[in-house]
Amino acid sequence: MSTSTITAPAAPADDTRAVTMPPARKRRRGKEDQEKVAGHAPMTRPEKVRLVFAHIGVYIAAAIFLAPLVYAFFSAMKPNQEIFSMPPTLIASEVRWTNFIDVFSYGPFLTYIGNSFFVAIAGTLVVLAVSTMAGYAFGRLRWKGRDAVFVLFLATLMVPAEVIVIPMFIVMQWFGWVDTYQALIFPFAFTAFGTFLMRQFFRGIPFELEEAARVDGAGPIRTFLQIILPLSKSGVAVLAVFTFLGFWNSYLWPLIVTVDYAAHGTLPIGLASFSGLTGTRWDLQMAAAIISMIPTTVLVIALQKHLVKGISMAGLGGR
Amino acid sequence: MSNGTHTPRRGALAKSESRQALGFVSPALAGLALFTFVPVALSIVMGFFDWPTVGEKTFVGFDNYVKLFTDSPDFWPALRNTFVFALLYVPISVVMSYLLALSLHSRIRGRGALRVLFFIPVVTPMVANVLVWKMLLQPQGLVNGLSQTWFGIELPNFLADPQWAMMMVVMMSVWQGLGYNMLIFSAALEQLPESVVEAARIDGATGLRMTWKITVPLTSPSIFFASIMTMISAMQVFVQPQMLTGGGPGNATQPIVQFIYNQGFKFQELGLAAAAAWILFAIIIAMTAAQFGAQKKWVHYEH
Repeated sequence: MSTSTITAPAAPADDTRAVTMPPARKRRRGKEDQEKVAGHAPMTRPEKVRLVFAHIGVYIAAAIFLAPLVYAFFSAMKPNQEIFSMPPTLIASEVRWTNFIDVFSYGPFLTYIGNSFFVAIAGTLVVLAVSTMAGYAFGRLRWKGRDAVFVLFLATLMVPAEVIVIPMFIVMQWFGWVDTYQALIFPFAFTAFGTFLMRQFFRGIPFELEEAARVDGAGPIRTFLQIILPLSKSGVAVLAVFTFLGFWNSYLWPLIVTVDYAAHGTLPIGLASFSGLTGTRWDLQMAAAIISMIPTTVLVIALQKHLVKGISMAGLGGR
Repeated sequence: MSNGTHTPRRGALAKSESRQALGFVSPALAGLALFTFVPVALSIVMGFFDWPTVGEKTFVGFDNYVKLFTDSPDFWPALRNTFVFALLYVPISVVMSYLLALSLHSRIRGRGALRVLFFIPVVTPMVANVLVWKMLLQPQGLVNGLSQTWFGIELPNFLADPQWAMMMVVMMSVWQGLGYNMLIFSAALEQLPESVVEAARIDGATGLRMTWKITVPLTSPSIFFASIMTMISAMQVFVQPQMLTGGGPGNATQPIVQFIYNQGFKFQELGLAAAAAWILFAIIIAMTAAQFGAQKKWVHYEH
């Protein structure tokens, strides 16, 4: 893993305007500047000693921090009766890789994974389409009432999910959507977060570019598709990943709107019901938990450069 | 920077742009109306009704609110539990993640990888995180196992003891959320004006004094932001206690959101649940407003 990928996260507020340059070049230059300014002075002996201790401390902290997940990973490969052995062991009498395979045939685990991927991907696509369009209207077009409507959008960010989910269930009853995929995908795909993020991002693109296209006779739709979107790949990627994570981890709403877990249950619902279903099968629970963490961990590693921007823009939002 | 002003243009063109803007914004607007405005309005109405999941709905005025405060055995404990959780969780989480961000300074090798590592539990499914901790905290689990093997001390059954159960919910939550605030603070620390830091160093400020007198005040806006966000999420805590302890033992760790969920979807009293949700919303608004009011005293903005 690269060691210095998040070294130069730009200022949250300013960065949204500065992203118009090719991001890679921009970032590299920012880092050079920073290093020139900070310019690590040669260290004295006590400073070096202190730095060594700082490393030891930080890496011990990291090891302790990671221990639960590491132990869970090894527990997922134990025979079930050895999970709670005393004294505790990391590796049991045998290493059962097969637990990771067995879990797929245990209960509807495969269905849960499939549902989670389907709902998260479909939801992300809806969010991207809706948010980029609205973000363009708010960030790049001039129209009467724009700012007032935008404030209305932002105001909805304040309302906690708990206020929404109960009446949302009634709305789902009206639609006949209880226990359907639609109910898992649409109700939370229109939050103002995405629109806000895209608006901020689009505003950073120089207006001259758009003016030039307009002069050439391109309307807003063509400008949006051919100029704005291609220049906003990193912003769209950030929104996509955070939206995917939101759907993938969502728990309260699926718990409410899903009735038949075996048909429409997502992974968190499945994991939660697993503990009741499997009773004491901790080995399989751990295998399932570890498997559910793989996509999110991969995404975080892929997105590490953009993490700061993503979270400082608007938080992850809990649903 | 461009501020978005266009050259003056003819009315017809502006009108066509307005029409197209409406086209761009209408999916979001329609969705927001249907899935936010309608539910919010409906929620207000529901709070004044006896509203079972199936069956007759009857208007009851403020009865739901009165009932919550006077005649609902779990409501006050749920409020108290949420406050206890927030009071423990917010300071611990903010302080620990700030210390972590300070520790991961630019001279640490592999800090990029370390940051990603600390961020992983933030994005992994909460349910999976809780399952892991549930296993660790079992009487025969790793924590007690190590304690017995290494020190010969038998620890209490954490999840079955009211006080310990709440501490474990807090501990698990701190572990889970640490990376989020750490990233916010790391970003803020890297934005510190080098000139000020240098000047302070030349004046002989070092170590703790430097941190306390220079770094903390200079990053106070981000501390403020992180505190508010952490507090808001703490007041909405749900999955950790629900999965780790089931809100128990008894109702010792049941937070207000679990109370709302139970009222609505276990006991089918949706009106009561809606009313409780509004009370939670009001508390969150009040606490956020209070923090904004208090920020003048300790948050330093550069102008």
